[in-house]
Amino acid sequence: MIERDEEQASAQDPTDPRAEMLPPPVRRIRLDAQPTVALPPLTDAGVDADGRAPGASGLPARTARATPAGRERMTLKSLSVFYGDNEAVKQVSLAIREGEVLALIGPSGCGKTTLLRTLNRLTELTPSARRTGVIRIDGTDVDDIEVTTLRRRVSMVFQQPNPFPMSVFDNVAYALREQGAKRPKKKVLEPYVIEALRRAGLLDEVKDKLDHPALRLSGGQQQRLCIARALAAGPEVLLMDEPCSALDPKSTEVIEDLILELRQSLAVVIVTHNLQQAHRVGDNVAFMYLGDLVEYGPADQLFGNPVAERTRDYVRGAFG
Amino acid sequence: MDRTLIPPEAAGPLPPLRTPPRQDRKRRVNESISTWRWTDRIGYGLMWAAGLLVCAIGIGIVLYMMFRGLQYLRPSLLFSHPQAELDQSKTGGFLDPLLGTILLTVLGICLAVPLAVAAATWIVEYARPAWLARIVDSGIEIIAGTPDIVIALFGLVLFQQRIFGWMSFTAQGGAVFGRSFLTAGCMMSLIALPMVFASTREGLQAIPSHVREASYALGKTKAATIRRVLLPSVKANISTGAALGMGRIAGDTAIVVVLLGATLTLSPEGSVPGLRVLKGTGGTLTSYVYNNSPAGEGNAPQKAYAAAFVLLLIVVGLNFVVDLIARSSAKSGLETSRLGAR
Repeated sequence: MIERDEEQASAQDPTDPRAEMLPPPVRRIRLDAQPTVALPPLTDAGVDADGRAPGASGLPARTARATPAGRERMTLKSLSVFYGDNEAVKQVSLAIREGEVLALIGPSGCGKTTLLRTLNRLTELTPSARRTGVIRIDGTDVDDIEVTTLRRRVSMVFQQPNPFPMSVFDNVAYALREQGAKRPKKKVLEPYVIEALRRAGLLDEVKDKLDHPALRLSGGQQQRLCIARALAAGPEVLLMDEPCSALDPKSTEVIEDLILELRQSLAVVIVTHNLQQAHRVGDNVAFMYLGDLVEYGPADQLFGNPVAERTRDYVRGAFG
Repeated sequence: MDRTLIPPEAAGPLPPLRTPPRQDRKRRVNESISTWRWTDRIGYGLMWAAGLLVCAIGIGIVLYMMFRGLQYLRPSLLFSHPQAELDQSKTGGFLDPLLGTILLTVLGICLAVPLAVAAATWIVEYARPAWLARIVDSGIEIIAGTPDIVIALFGLVLFQQRIFGWMSFTAQGGAVFGRSFLTAGCMMSLIALPMVFASTREGLQAIPSHVREASYALGKTKAATIRRVLLPSVKANISTGAALGMGRIAGDTAIVVVLLGATLTLSPEGSVPGLRVLKGTGGTLTSYVYNNSPAGEGNAPQKAYAAAFVLLLIVVGLNFVVDLIARSSAKSGLETSRLGAR
């Protein structure tokens, strides 16, 4: 928590010495400007799979998208999150649809991770955090859902691969075992564990060593195990907080392919610092800056022909 | 320092600092001790000497006790009851003190581990209200810092109260004796408690917060997270602390003398099987060594050496177990930090 606060503080302070050490060219961003929010109407953004923006011609090819955007799973209405007096997320409204990948991009400390963690109410663990605005999942306010139930529906994968110190099987089964009730037998759980591992693309690699300690797997395998664990809970929305930033390029590629496959059955929200990655996996991209949602739209449009000036500066690498 | 020495900030960039160059000795490609300054060489030598001295003392103790112990240790000593006789050849072995040591150690650690683990978990995972956490923290520090003889005296006063009458011999008038394996075990747990507490807390603090959040993000409660994820992760730390604590209990004398009676044999009390022994008094290897040393009443140094050697073996064995746990958990990839013996 403390780390994040510092991160935010430094990102918001233009006189921070670290900010001045960034490689040139550093262009001044008009911090006092009115936020140039360029929001497409919430109802039809991303639906149009064929009508990619003409400005996208210079961009590398993306994986073909055939999925039509599904129905809206989560809706954010003027969501603000505060840490103490510091407003980390400012009045953000967004929609998260089934069958799409929403990529959140922006410089460090811009509130993307906070926004992500708010979706399954993990920010509540931070004592100083406060939230206003409405988050709905399938029309129900998340505050009205019991928090453990909500987190089963909105599961999360973290930046660092963090399998629990138990066997591969138990890691996946952990999410399945209901607390309090009688613990189901291993035989009963096995098909579900196998299915989750298969969906995470890990089954072939670990099927002979389900009893091995999970911490002996490689970093990329551990991260896919964490994805399998999150999938085992049967989520409708999968949140991913920079899932590849601790991994090598090869594992990153495997996980990106996995994300594209997963989005067919659930909604994925991914936070990433890597713009190429956001472009590769994101159907829709939201650019955040200093807590504002600056621009939200289909990936090709946001990268190829951004509307807002700040987005243009960011995707061209002018700051960040 | 004189403030005027500090240059005003607007003075511009400082000139490069010039220090007089050191006498250029014979330049060598590889640094070796012969290129060092003589003060550094002396310091280095002292560090070496300190390390060697500690090593030598440790090895000296073990070797001397081994020499003496093997000289006097007979298997029969381990299996015969001690007896108070004038003739040295009839005083028997130290089976009772050996059993007493094991019993007291097990009793103490069984009480200490749950208490310490629960307290450490509360301190790391909850610690609300903060003032209470601070009090608990300093409470454990106080226990860790209290000399064992003070703990023993306090225990004696405590367990001589009427309500603790079931724990030890009670005379006909209702006077509670206060000395038994139960009472000594309770106080011994205080000796081991800070070590188990510290190692458990260290282990829990070493678990990154995103591991906890990963569990919450799967829809688990805090209680389930602690039980299924956090405590299993610190198993090695708990075992390390427990092994160190057992070593301390096995080596403690003051509590044995004051609270266990330091009798030669186990003298059961009452009629309930099992509880008889726990309610009765007894002795341990430490009290046996003390009593048989020239300072004690037995004055049979040979047997003291033999018993001391056995005690040393137990403690060294426990330390070895600590090492083993630390190494095996390092192998399995669990983060754990080795807690040095206090």
